[in-house]
Amino acid sequence: MKTQIENMTGHEASRRIFLKGSAALMGGLVIGFYLPLKSGRAYAADAPPKPVYPPNAFIRIAADDSITIVVNKSEMGQGVYTSLPMLIAEELEADWSRIVVESAPVAAVYNHTGMPMQLTGGSTSIATSWEQMRRVGANARVMLIRAAAEQWGVPESECHAENSRVIHASSGKHSSYGALADAAAKQQMPDNVVLKSPADFKIIGKATKRLDTPAKINGTAQFGIDVYLPGMLTVLIARSPVFGGKVKKYDATEALKIAGVQGVYQVPTGIAVAASGFWPARTARDLLEIEWDEGPGAALSTPQMIAEYLALAQQPGAVARKDGDTEQGLKAAHKLVRAEYELPYLAHAAMEPLNVAVDLQPGHCSIWTGTQAQTMDRAMAAKTAGLKPEQVEIHTTFLGGGFGRRANPRSDFVIEAVQAALVSGRPIKVVWTREDDMRGGNYRPMWADRIEAGISKDGKPLLWKHTIVGQSIVADTPFEGFMVHNGIDITSVEGASTLPYVIPNLQVDLHSPKNAVPVQWWRSVGHSHTAFVVETMIDELAHLAGRDPVAYRLAHLPAASRYRGVLQLAAQEAGWGKKKLPAKHAYGAAVHKSFDSYVAEIAEVSLENGKIRVHRVVAAVDCGMVINPDGVRQQLESAVAYGLSAALHGAITLENGQVVQSNFHDYAPLRFSEMPRIEVHIVASSEPPSGIGEPGTPPIAPAVANAVFTLTGKRLRRLPFDRETLV
Amino acid sequence: MISLTINGKTTRVDADPGTPLLWVLRDHLQLTGTKYGCGIAQCGACTVHLDGRAVRSCVTPVSMASGKHVTTIEGLAETALGKTVQSAWQEVDVPQCGYCQSGQIMAATALLKENPHPSESQISAAMDGILCRCGTYNRIRAAIQQAAEHQIIAESKGGAK
Ligand code: FES
Ligand code: FES
Repeated sequence: MKTQIENMTGHEASRRIFLKGSAALMGGLVIGFYLPLKSGRAYAADAPPKPVYPPNAFIRIAADDSITIVVNKSEMGQGVYTSLPMLIAEELEADWSRIVVESAPVAAVYNHTGMPMQLTGGSTSIATSWEQMRRVGANARVMLIRAAAEQWGVPESECHAENSRVIHASSGKHSSYGALADAAAKQQMPDNVVLKSPADFKIIGKATKRLDTPAKINGTAQFGIDVYLPGMLTVLIARSPVFGGKVKKYDATEALKIAGVQGVYQVPTGIAVAASGFWPARTARDLLEIEWDEGPGAALSTPQMIAEYLALAQQPGAVARKDGDTEQGLKAAHKLVRAEYELPYLAHAAMEPLNVAVDLQPGHCSIWTGTQAQTMDRAMAAKTAGLKPEQVEIHTTFLGGGFGRRANPRSDFVIEAVQAALVSGRPIKVVWTREDDMRGGNYRPMWADRIEAGISKDGKPLLWKHTIVGQSIVADTPFEGFMVHNGIDITSVEGASTLPYVIPNLQVDLHSPKNAVPVQWWRSVGHSHTAFVVETMIDELAHLAGRDPVAYRLAHLPAASRYRGVLQLAAQEAGWGKKKLPAKHAYGAAVHKSFDSYVAEIAEVSLENGKIRVHRVVAAVDCGMVINPDGVRQQLESAVAYGLSAALHGAITLENGQVVQSNFHDYAPLRFSEMPRIEVHIVASSEPPSGIGEPGTPPIAPAVANAVFTLTGKRLRRLPFDRETLV
Repeated sequence: MISLTINGKTTRVDADPGTPLLWVLRDHLQLTGTKYGCGIAQCGACTVHLDGRAVRSCVTPVSMASGKHVTTIEGLAETALGKTVQSAWQEVDVPQCGYCQSGQIMAATALLKENPHPSESQISAAMDGILCRCGTYNRIRAAIQQAAEHQIIAESKGGAK
């Protein structure tokens, strides 16, 4: 049997001579050495020792001039295995064609610069690595130049670096990075290297092909589900059909008769079947007879939950924002709208179902999975296995989509896999079927909202009272302490409490009911809900005032705000108010800020047999300075598709505590024929870079809903849209 | 024992004849380029070629593959068309997370084999069954169109010889 346990690019890189520069930083000897790496285990021994930015934790230059960049963020499609190396390569003056990427092990040096853990999420990778990675590259460049200057006996200031070489122009001497690497590692780490000015960028800002594409088109890219260890069993777990349910009793007699089944075990989340492969495990799991103690979760049904939420929305909640006096505004308003909104639970439904491979040995545990949250997962795995965190290794594979699901604040999938490894006594891989993944909870919360809004006689917004009802995604997790203040989970109100329009009387209230359904961040988090509500309501106010919706927004956005730039650019590129659209087509607009980036989207929509058809989306984005313009375009295309998928079709509903949907036939992602053309326009900016993986998602649902209003006169206030009958 | 011809090589596997081809490829042969996405013929991540035609390996019992030629993503580059499609994919830089891409490429290659110059609506119809949660559809269309063009060029060059 072939073993596939190398880290994805570690495979290539491991055969090369590495420079172990970290030793130099500790004052020791520099050693070039071979890693005869057949398992990723050498990582543990080689873990970087200091919580600083030694360039060598991120860069390894080999004698053959290849440069391995160790990326401390998880690649889940957002392009981080390309964009972070671009930052380093820019300052390193590296030959881009010789860059190889490797995923980082778990170590403090690889922590997020904004939090004490290794984590990929919140569209923060570029924003928070921008300075760090360029500095890492610049430090290494200076050390290489110093090494060359020393060898040649010339002043450092007379040398420069270019395309992975150090050059002494006046003498014509030059040397490759590979030849200088050993000597460079002995150099002092420089202080305060001056970073390049953007005008001198050669790599940053240029459309760059993804480094992970070759592996992703020939079948060699390794995802978690592709990990096979010697002697490994595939484990499928029968979990409670109701959230929070427990096994009362079970009978595995029939299951154990299936050829290939090695054992059936009770684990805290249900009954685990371990077999020689997925198929026997699944066949056997279907034959289990399990009696569940369903618990209070069995009382949950969507219609009744929504009714309760809407009733709560009539009540005052915790106040997230209060400007002026909404009671006064209510009295003074010339015209009023009252609206209620319903948004369902959403599954992330990444293409790769969850899975975790675990090799548990005495005193050691190796885990292979596509995770976004290595430090938390390692801590929880260690606790579960009775080990210290240093005794647990996590190998981050490629992620077949993350969308937030793979950064579980409870480490649900990792803990469960370690529990299964503890009872099965063999290397295992827990694989979730699509149905398990769909019904496994950790959803984007269900939301109900109520808004009362009004305008004055001159049409200006005068009053805005918004009440939000939905579960907190961080309640009872380690994040609660710093994300909940005065009863307000900031992620529940983001995008609503930060409403940019100038409205004198504005209040946002929040209710955070609790129930048994586990909830979690989902691409664009709170904005996935709030943008729909606020950007359809501002459109209503524009119509109430008899104004053009784009002009109305511009009239009430603060003068210097970056919202204006994207909205104006999108409107101009779409020909808003000017372009003659085909008969029975209409435009709808929305603009939203999330993760410090601004996105406006204009959707061209028609109805085909009562179904919404989105033909084209013109998007404008201001995400500060752009690292990889093609990466930005990819993320906008992706974020629009993801948001549109949910807007048109996405809903997880419950009946007697059980999730109704199970697979792609009843939780339908956007298909090829439904994909709109997407035009992306990027605002030129010298602001520091901000997020791009998520900000394209929030505006699409309101843009489409606003277009549907223009087409039909009907306001869509419930998601997904395919539940409405449209004519 | 079931005898299978995969990417031109004949192998024997000890699997229940009802086992879906997908799991034989993955669990028995570690040909992991073919992906599991839904198991019920809804997503196309598991698409392989059986005698040159695209099939969903998750619902194809391995017994049905016996005696036929199975091509997976790992063997695709052995044909000129497969290479053309992969290089178009590279040029357009289609993949994001990449998980669906083997299925997309296998489906696109089967389409171009049957219909070397598909119209937009023919592309849409052929590709509608292959889901991509990262929304790479527009790039997939562009890559298929590019591969079709390259085919035309290759054909005309071939014709001139
Ligand atoms: S896995 Fe076969 S179609 Fe989805
Ligand atoms: S590239 Fe991620 S599912 Fe298609």
